[in-house]
Amino acid sequence: MNYLKTVIGVCFTLLLLSACNEEGKLSLSQRSVIYCSEGSPETFNPQLVTSGTTIDATSNQLYDRLIAYQGEKNELIPALAKSWHVTRDGKKITFYLRKDVTFHQTDYFTPSRLFNADDVIFSFNRIIGAEHPFHLTSGGHYPFFQNIGFNKLIDKIEKINDYTIRFHLARADSTFLANLATDFAVIISAEYGQKLAKNNTKHNIDIMPIGTGPFKLKEYRVGSLIRFYRHEAYWQTPAQMEQLVFDITSSNTGRLTKLLAKECDVSSYPIAHEKITEHTDLTLESVTALNVGYFAFNTTKAPFDNVLVRQAISYAINKNVLLETIYQGHAEFANSILPNSSWAYDKNTKTQEFDLTKAQNLLAQAGYPDGFTMDLWAMPVQRPYNPNAINMAKLIQADLKKINIDVNIVSYEWNTFLHRLSLGEHQTFLLGWSADNPDPDNFFTPMLSCSATQTGSNRTFWCNQDYDELIQKALKTSNINKRKQYYAQAMDLISNEVPLIPIAHSKRYQARGKDIIGKIMAPFGGISFYQVGKSTINESSLNEKAQQDESITSEDIN
Amino acid sequence: MLIFTLRRLSLFIFTMLLLTLLSFSLSFLFPGDAVINLSGAINATPSQLAQLNENYQTGSNIFVQYFAYLQHIINGDLGLSMASQSVISHEIMNLLPATIELSLVALLIAMFAGIPLGFIAAINHNKPSDNIILSVSMLGYSVPVFWLGLLAILIFSINLGWLPSAGQISLLFEIELVTGIQFIDILLSDSPYKWQAFSDATAHIILPACVIAVAPATIFIRLARTSMIEVLNTSYIRAASAKGLSFQQIIFRHAIRNALIKIIRHVGLQFANLVTIAMVTEVIFSWPGIGRWLIVSIDQRDYTAIQSGLLVLSCFIFVVHILTDFIYAALNPLARGIKHGSR
Repeated sequence: MNYLKTVIGVCFTLLLLSACNEEGKLSLSQRSVIYCSEGSPETFNPQLVTSGTTIDATSNQLYDRLIAYQGEKNELIPALAKSWHVTRDGKKITFYLRKDVTFHQTDYFTPSRLFNADDVIFSFNRIIGAEHPFHLTSGGHYPFFQNIGFNKLIDKIEKINDYTIRFHLARADSTFLANLATDFAVIISAEYGQKLAKNNTKHNIDIMPIGTGPFKLKEYRVGSLIRFYRHEAYWQTPAQMEQLVFDITSSNTGRLTKLLAKECDVSSYPIAHEKITEHTDLTLESVTALNVGYFAFNTTKAPFDNVLVRQAISYAINKNVLLETIYQGHAEFANSILPNSSWAYDKNTKTQEFDLTKAQNLLAQAGYPDGFTMDLWAMPVQRPYNPNAINMAKLIQADLKKINIDVNIVSYEWNTFLHRLSLGEHQTFLLGWSADNPDPDNFFTPMLSCSATQTGSNRTFWCNQDYDELIQKALKTSNINKRKQYYAQAMDLISNEVPLIPIAHSKRYQARGKDIIGKIMAPFGGISFYQVGKSTINESSLNEKAQQDESITSEDIN
Repeated sequence: MLIFTLRRLSLFIFTMLLLTLLSFSLSFLFPGDAVINLSGAINATPSQLAQLNENYQTGSNIFVQYFAYLQHIINGDLGLSMASQSVISHEIMNLLPATIELSLVALLIAMFAGIPLGFIAAINHNKPSDNIILSVSMLGYSVPVFWLGLLAILIFSINLGWLPSAGQISLLFEIELVTGIQFIDILLSDSPYKWQAFSDATAHIILPACVIAVAPATIFIRLARTSMIEVLNTSYIRAASAKGLSFQQIIFRHAIRNALIKIIRHVGLQFANLVTIAMVTEVIFSWPGIGRWLIVSIDQRDYTAIQSGLLVLSCFIFVVHILTDFIYAALNPLARGIKHGSR
């Protein structure tokens, strides 16, 4: 019995002790923010990827760009470059760099100098120069930059002095500045690169990142967590939160539970929206993201090389039902690949009708009066542009059954899925695209241009010379009305040729506790925790904030 | 005591041999190449594969192969995980302590809740309180643990917001892994937030430990009740009460001690049951223990991990059995002397 008493005694003392907090000091949780994210990043270098999960975890947390977007009009503002100058022919762009920017000091690297022109050259030459020592580290793929033809666009990057740098372009390109402000065009440390090269540990450059951003990496456990500390010597005012933790929770219900149980402060892609809005201490925010979810054809494979078949299918799909059941009304009807909120969107773009007789007639004209059997590849993961592709595939299967087309639904694990798509093994597929920058070209070129058939981001393999000419012309002009006209023609071409059927522009949702203040989401690109802070609940200001965020979407660039 | 120890030891060795034999034969029963199943080296180059074949003696007869396998196990080489290609013995060493911690806390809760309740029921034999305790324990025993776990999360984490629902500790605290047992690691760490971390870890363990404890606690209630009733009916208790000892004196001085000895034997048996429940509970509460890891491995068809995980878990349970046997023997001198057929 005496043993028992001692054990009980010890337990109670421990419990009592555990209740003692270091009073006076703000507790750790008040100075930190936990974000429940939906997956592990593939790498810590946004130059190498297009995946939203990776961009969310890295781009705005760890790095800065030369220039950035700001405000509802998405104007370009100075960031690491304090100003810039474009020559009249649009071919020479000079950046004047800030002189007070420090790189992260971490357990694995201590910078000995400030940020300068060498770092800019190092970062961009890594992408464009095959002879750069780090070009082939981590595979040598820079999908975003390869899609936009970055290496052909840039003739050379010239260092004028330590804090001045000039890009020489092969041709004028109205999207060049917009592309430099995307999440992918980050600046990495040249000094760190040299150190790694000397130690023969080059691959660490993308695993143990060094950037100039508001947070630095402290710890990463695959599939479990990413821990960031505040970058105290940040060139702007340091972030409000001392610690930022990404709690990697891939299950939807898991994220919801953690949010409701206050184990996360912010949750990505929440489910059960009503449940969240019911709670008085949680808010649900949304932005209409610049994205599109679509159903597309492999136009090199019969019978989908026949435009009549593609048109027939486009008439047979009831998009309104898809919008209601799959997106549950949290999305906008897509008339074309470009969201209505983009400035280049043409209001006269015709709406696709749902008409089974037309579909059957077209199918008969194409020579398939009795229909055929086809494969439909549905992506296995939830993305903002398509919350449930498998269910969407089932609905499409039912729709097409009505015009005697039998659909087999096929799905693979995500990476395999993308890989096999790029090999062109599919007939038709469900996928989508999220914009990296607000420029309309970011939809037209990577999704459907001929050059994108080679880089693998145009999986329809549709290559139309007229279309390419139109989008090239749009790039070369800086007259905004002319650009708009070219894009309107391009959209017209798409709706006649139907290489793909745009379905919806979805909203991106995020849930957070009301004590978390500051903007996190943007209509495009990754999230940022730089401005996030914690406060006592101040309802009125929060509501205002939420409304502001909502309104960005409609007024976006108009 | 020496003979007792030797007998347990030989039992241990033979059981381990059988277990390894079972896990060895699994590598042939699982689909795929036996050497790859054993080593987990799915990406091995031909030369590495040849080396592995030599190490595992696949050219020789089955006995030689088995001894080669035993040699690997004795050297602590359990192969690589097929899914993550990490060293399994390291993973297990990191995960097993978390399971031990959770199971021990659950066992303590089960004992501290179950045994006194059982005694109370026995003392009030055939009275309403006895019936209530018995029916509640029956109910607790029949509730499936996955449902109970989800219900506990729903009530205590989501609706009431008292306790966290997932993990071992809030991710905000950086606790260096030393022993793997979170509470000890926290006390060893030099974090300025030691006590915040400690209270946070305590809050995290309460729900899963209680959920695990429910089923064993009900068994302890019934065990304690039966053994107490048995003890209370013995002649020495009657003698004690005839001597004029008060009821309290009888219970606390004589009855409880003797009743407890009978229960301790069963603690070891219950531990196996408890670890099984803990595996399911770890999944529900995202507890970073070996049970969750094993279930994920089964899900991923990670044969090497399944094999080694089963081996380590069963070995662990067996060690606990033997330990409780020793404790029992130490507490009860009668047990040491029992010969075959002497009872």
